[in-house]
Order: sequence, then structure tokens, then C-alpha cells
Amino acid sequence: MSFPWAEQYRPKHPFMRWMDDRLPLPRLVYNSVGGGYPVPRNLNHFWNFGVLAGLALVIQIVTGIVLAMHYNANADTAFASTEHIMRNVNSGWFLRYLHANGASFFFVVTYIHIFRGLYYGSYKAPREMVWMLGLVIFLLMMATAFMGYVLPWGQMSFWGAKVITGLFGAIPVIGEPIQTWLVGGYAPDQATLTRFFSLHYLLPFVIAGVIILHIWALHIPGSGNPTGVDVKTPQDTVPFHPYYTAKDGFGAGLALVFLAILVFFLPNYLGHADNYIPANPLSTPAHIVPEWYFWPFYAILRAFTVDFILPAKLWGVLAMFSSILLLFFLPWLDKSPVRSGSYRPRFRQFFWILCVDVIVLGYCGGSPAEEPFVMISQVATMYYFAHFLIILPILSMVEKTLPLPNSISESVLQGEAAEAAPLGAATPAKA
Amino acid sequence: MVRIFGILVGLGFVGVAAWSLLWGVIAFSSEGLPHSVEHAFHEEPRAASYTFDGPFGRFDRQQLQRGFQVYKEVCAGCHSLNRVAFRSLHDLGYSEAEVRAIADQWQVQVPSVNPETGEPATRKAIPADNIPSPYANETAARAANNNALPPDLSLIVKAREGGAAYVESLLTGYRDAATHRNEHGEALPAANRPGTGLHFNPWFANLNIAMPPPLTADGQVTYADGTPATRQQMAHDVAAFLTWAAEPNLETRHKVGIWTLIFLIFCTVLAYMAYQNVWHGGASRRVRATGALDPENQAKSGEAKAEAGVAG
Repeated sequence: MSFPWAEQYRPKHPFMRWMDDRLPLPRLVYNSVGGGYPVPRNLNHFWNFGVLAGLALVIQIVTGIVLAMHYNANADTAFASTEHIMRNVNSGWFLRYLHANGASFFFVVTYIHIFRGLYYGSYKAPREMVWMLGLVIFLLMMATAFMGYVLPWGQMSFWGAKVITGLFGAIPVIGEPIQTWLVGGYAPDQATLTRFFSLHYLLPFVIAGVIILHIWALHIPGSGNPTGVDVKTPQDTVPFHPYYTAKDGFGAGLALVFLAILVFFLPNYLGHADNYIPANPLSTPAHIVPEWYFWPFYAILRAFTVDFILPAKLWGVLAMFSSILLLFFLPWLDKSPVRSGSYRPRFRQFFWILCVDVIVLGYCGGSPAEEPFVMISQVATMYYFAHFLIILPILSMVEKTLPLPNSISESVLQGEAAEAAPLGAATPAKA
Repeated sequence: MVRIFGILVGLGFVGVAAWSLLWGVIAFSSEGLPHSVEHAFHEEPRAASYTFDGPFGRFDRQQLQRGFQVYKEVCAGCHSLNRVAFRSLHDLGYSEAEVRAIADQWQVQVPSVNPETGEPATRKAIPADNIPSPYANETAARAANNNALPPDLSLIVKAREGGAAYVESLLTGYRDAATHRNEHGEALPAANRPGTGLHFNPWFANLNIAMPPPLTADGQVTYADGTPATRQQMAHDVAAFLTWAAEPNLETRHKVGIWTLIFLIFCTVLAYMAYQNVWHGGASRRVRATGALDPENQAKSGEAKAEAGVAG
């Protein structure tokens, strides 16, 4: 694993030597995130976000376990128990606001992590498994977040659950039986709430497991870097500890400052007022919208408004699932041998269009389903699919890329500041 | 192969989305942007400032007590506040004895059972009770209110877009439907005039609300602290009180938040200095050789080899 010049774990204390012969757990840590993992020396701050996502998962699991001690997964009392946490449990408001905003924090850092991968070609050989495992984590996160949002059993919890599980009803013939089976009835109720609670408690640990695979797969080829050039010599790397532990420590501090501002001063900013109304199956909210991190996909779902061979609703469901599933094929859709967007001028332009496109989709997904938002989301949906399925395959065949530096250390010596500059600010190295 | 398949699938989705867009554009060119009376007449909450705004915001105890008085004398006739316990009124600055007296003299008693017969009964409230609802159940509430259900007010500030400002605007927002003009000077279409038992209020989402104007006259409540009880003042005070009811830990949250931020910023500065020191400190200014080339490691492996008695 890793490079031949990786530093070796040499326990000094006799107990650590004794331990190393029997259960080499410290060695595993040393080789994973210690001095034994050589990392390219030119990673910029966009490489902080993987660690930040891990931090977010830890925050969610710790706060979630304590919340589960006070929460009541019963359709009659779930809402009241949430309010009990907010009013009567010591620091319960802090736990709940940290958990609710922690979910948003998790998605913010994960989205930045994913887009970093898209820009720097982190999905390309030999890191396809890292990418695909990451997508599995992303899907598990979405399922976990969705089920967690149902638990307070407010209006948006209930109606969100009804709309999302209703998507399965769009599948011809078997759709409705599947929906009934998933929900445990014809509409979300007690059975839905308890199974969502059970799965919401389970899935984070599944995520933790897949994260271990994600990191394992990463450690085989080693981390990528902003130039996309392979590590060649020991001069190209620094040991993870202390170099990147120090850099990640700073990044984590900064990220926690942002999270604290949300939790303490804007705790309900990202939420929806309707979810402070107890669930009422007889009263539909005026606008049913999911949490912000689902908005781009919600916009794609609602962009298909006209039947074409298949019903419009089925097209929407197919497109929504495809919009994520297509990312699994990205390593083979984009065959350009150059990884980093810094050396692909044409790709870079399309990448930024994609970023704007996803933000526009998000804005439309959070807006009511009326004009002009529907038309805008239709245009944005067209670009989203065209970008990954049409533009990237063609671009990777015809694009003229810029000359790559000979090595990471050469690019660093030519100007560490310029090379490590974020996203496209780098002036390509003159070979 | 993947790429050809991808392009075909991509063309499929793009094509169907374009088909939907085409129909959308056709419909749009004939109908234009959606227009509804609600859009044209609905008003956003008026800007209002409170002592609890901003990161250093605190409740004004006097104001909360005034707001509670408005709730007790005006709102409580129809609206419950059943997530708030009498004991927590202590936070408003009432003494233990005052809280006990408020609970004891509350206009509605709490449901109980007769200890002799087991028959349903009521008893006087104690501080441990939540504030009881004026109606026995939803059916009774609807029967007394023209089939409209007065919502519980415990979370109303958090359950409405606009929060306290919305509540304040709504309470003072009743207008005469016949003479009201919106910002474009248009009169309310006859079809949208309030029906029987409804009242026109442009701050309410669908413009016509079942609640009759609750604050009808200045001086409706006599404040103990002598503040003139104008309608505006009463609405402002009760909005502040309901914010406390919805978010009783707001002050603690702000206080803890400030200290947490100070702590985190301090840690982040330290972390930044550690980061700079590791990367650009005196010891690492040169391009540092790692692994087997690191002189330190070479020395270490030399030692280890000498210890083990191997050559090299």
C-alpha cells in the first residue's frame, strides 16, 4: 500500500511494541492518517473537505444518539417529544439544532468535496472505486437525511414523506405495491415513522463502514492532487502527519465557526416554518418542498411536465434517479487522460457552467412549481444531462489540453502559491 | 461503448425535457406569468425590531410580562398555549408565589379525575401543569368558532414565515375589504371579499381569516407598568411574548453562542499558527526529503540495523 518511501511505524514504548505484535491498531492509524501516509505536497484547501465530511458524520452520530434517548418514535407523541427536547431536556435545544444544522453542514462539505472531485478529475483511473464508493455514501446520506427529516412528524415531515415515497408509485404495475410496502400502509403513519426511525439509526453506521472502504480504496493509489500528475519521487510528497493534520485542523476550526454561527444565531434559517406545525394528514401545505440539499434533484423531478410515450411523472422519477446514477459512469464517460481541470481550458468553462446550472436548479427546486421556475428548471435539466452524457464524452475526445508539469515538485518549485491556488486561478506551468 | 450509450441516454433525457419546455413555452406565451389575487394583495410582514434580535439579543422582561397579560386577557379565550408550563413563566421575571397564583387563578381548570368516584373532573392548575386549552377538544373548539380551529400558539412564531413580525403585522393588519387598495391602487375583486365569519387581512396567506380582529381598541388591556396600551403596543408585546413561548432558550442560545464563537475563533487562530509553523516554520523551509531519504530516518534505520546486528 502507498509508496515505497512511506515512513515505517516504529513503536518506541515496550507496551506499544507488545501491542503492535498482537493488534497493530496504532500501526493502522499511523499508516492511514499518520506519518506513514505520504500525500502529494501541493494539495490546496479543497482537499480539506473529505476530513470535514468525516467530522460532520461524527457530530451527527454523537448528537443523534443522545437525541434518540429522548425522542419518541410514535405518531401521536413524536412532535411533542421533539418539543420536550427543545424545552425540558438539558441543552436539548443545542443537541437538536446541532443535529438539524449538522445535516446541512454535512451536505455543504460533501457537495464541495464532490465538486472538487469533478474539477480535478478525482474520479479517473486509478481512483474509480474511490469515486463510486463516494457516490454510495452520498446516496446513503440522502436516504438518512430524508428519513431523519420525517422523524419530528411536522407538516413538512409528513408531506415530504408522502411525496417522496409517492415517487415509487410512478413505476408502472409494481409501483403502488412497492410504495405500500415501503410505507407500511396507504399513507405515512405509525408504521412509516418507526421503520424510518430504525433505519435512520442504522444507516449512519453503514455510512461509516462505506467510508472505511472509501479511504481504503483511496490509500491504494494515494491521494490525487491539483495538477493531476502522478506522484513520482519522495520529493513529491509529505507525510500526512503533521502536514495535513495541521492543515485539516485549521480547516476544521474554520468550518466549525460557520456551523456555530448557524446553530446559535440562525438555527431555523435553513429549515421550513411548516415543520413547526404538527403533521396533519387532512391539511396539505401550500408548497411542499424538501430540505435545501435536495432542491436540485427536486427541480429535475418537476421539470418533466408532459407525457411522452411514458407518463411525465415517470420521466421525472427516472431523470431524478439517473441524475445521480449517471455519475457512477463518469470515469468512463470522460476519457480525457488529463485529470486536472487546471490543464483543460475548455472543460473548465463547462465545469463552471455546471456549477451555475446546479445552483439554478437548486433555486428552482426550492421555489413553487409555477412559471417561470418550471421553464428555467427545464433548461437547466437539459444542460445537466447534456453536460455529463454528451459534452464530456465528446470533449474528452476533441479537447486540446495544456502541457502538464513534469512532476509535482517541479510545479511546486515553479510557484507553490500559483499551483495550490483554488480552482482555475492557477496559471498553467510553462513546460 | 459507455460513451455511445451515454450520449444516447443523454439525448433521450434532453429531448424529453425539451419537449416539456416546448409545451411550457407555448402555454406561457398564451397565459403569461401566473396571476392570482393572493399574489396581488398579500403583504409581506412589516419590519419590526425587537430586543431579542441579533446575536446579542435579550428578552425585555417587562415586555414579556405585558405580552403575557395580552395573551391571558385577549388570546387565551380561544387559543391554547399547551406546550408552555406555568412553571416556565418564572423566566418572565415572576416570583414563585406569583407563578403559583397565576396557575391557581387561571380562567380554565385542567382536566383531572374525581379521586372519590373516578369520574372526569377538573381541578385548579399548579405550576407543573402546562397552560390548559380553553376547549375540551377540537370539535368543541370548532363548534365555538364557526368551524374554524384556533391554532395553539406555543410555536406560532416559528411556524409562520416572518416570525414575530408576521404575528405583529397580522394582529394589526385588519382592513376594510370594501375600501382597501393594494400598492397598485387596485380594489379587492368582489369574489375575494370575505364570506360570512371571515375577515379581510392582507397579511394572512389567503387574505381572509376566520379570527375576528382581536385588538379592537387602545387601552383594551391595562398594563401594570403604566405603558400606554395602544393596539400597536399590544401587538408588539404579544409578539415578543409568543417568541419567548416558541423559543424559551433564546437567551441561553445567544450567550452560549457568543462564548462558543470566541472559543472556536481562538482555537482556529492557534490551528492556523500551527499549520503555518508546520509548513513554513524554520525547520521546513527547504523542500523536505521524506521517507528513506530523510536524514532523520536514515539515522534511525542505521540505529535499528546496528541494534539488530545487520550490515548496511
